[in-house]
Amino acid sequence: MEDAGFIIGSYAVTFAAIAAYAWRVRIRGRRLARRVPDDAKPWV
Amino acid sequence: MQVRSAPQPGTRDTGSRATRTLGLVTLVGIAWLLAFGLGFSPADRDQRESVRILYVHVPSAWLAYLAFVVTAVASGLYLFRKQHSLGWDHLAGASAEVGVLFMAITLVSGSLWGRLTWGEFWQWDARLTTTAFLFVTYVGYLAVRRLGGDHHQRARRSAVVALLAVLEIPLVHWSVRMWRSLHQEATVLSPDGDVKMDGLMLFSLIVGVIVFTLLYAWMVIHRQRTLTLEDVLDDEGLDAAIVERRREAEQPGVGSVAR
Repeated sequence: MEDAGFIIGSYAVTFAAIAAYAWRVRIRGRRLARRVPDDAKPWV
Repeated sequence: MQVRSAPQPGTRDTGSRATRTLGLVTLVGIAWLLAFGLGFSPADRDQRESVRILYVHVPSAWLAYLAFVVTAVASGLYLFRKQHSLGWDHLAGASAEVGVLFMAITLVSGSLWGRLTWGEFWQWDARLTTTAFLFVTYVGYLAVRRLGGDHHQRARRSAVVALLAVLEIPLVHWSVRMWRSLHQEATVLSPDGDVKMDGLMLFSLIVGVIVFTLLYAWMVIHRQRTLTLEDVLDDEGLDAAIVERRREAEQPGVGSVAR
């Protein structure tokens, strides 16, 4: 593939950024959820 | 004011059966996007292989717009409905945060595409400049959310900012028509309704839009729930501090200096 570095790089940056954000949100959510009773979580 | 005596350990996280299903579907969608974007879709006659970047660049831009519109709508619902529900504020904050992420992806992927197409990573072009301005505006919105005050003060202040910031989106979208711009005009959402894309390229772009929409939904749901938990813990901390302060005040001798 011509210009593979730029093309694959753009996909890598995109999905790495999304994965990093998703991971951060999930970790923070887990840490906070442990300290909050289930009755304060409308989704449970 | 109700104070919880001892927090019971939470048994779950911010996930639910629906979000887990959504996450699985999204992962399958990402695999499809990679297969079509990097494999099955043909090279373009003019842009050649660099057209593949557009399958992540365009969806991330559209979803950033959508995220900011959702932020504005949720902010309006918070401000103008009688209940002033903080749920709308949490949705606004979560959507703005994901929108900023997508806008950052748009700028980075766009600069890589620009390097291949124009020979430059960045030009102070109308579309690029207004997009960067939109990005900075919403970073400012997130900063405003972190200023002090109680939850409703935060919600009111940030809702006003969100309702003003969303007015930039038409400016960004129409910048390629309003000013002479290096950036190409709309290929899919053109005013004449004529889609100027090959079938497989259009399909790959649609896959990209669907995948980014699923990603947006998954991230916003989890972030909104995290914001809810943050506020619950914040309230509990404040309630506990008030109880502690009252207990101190009731003890003999405490507070006599102030009198």
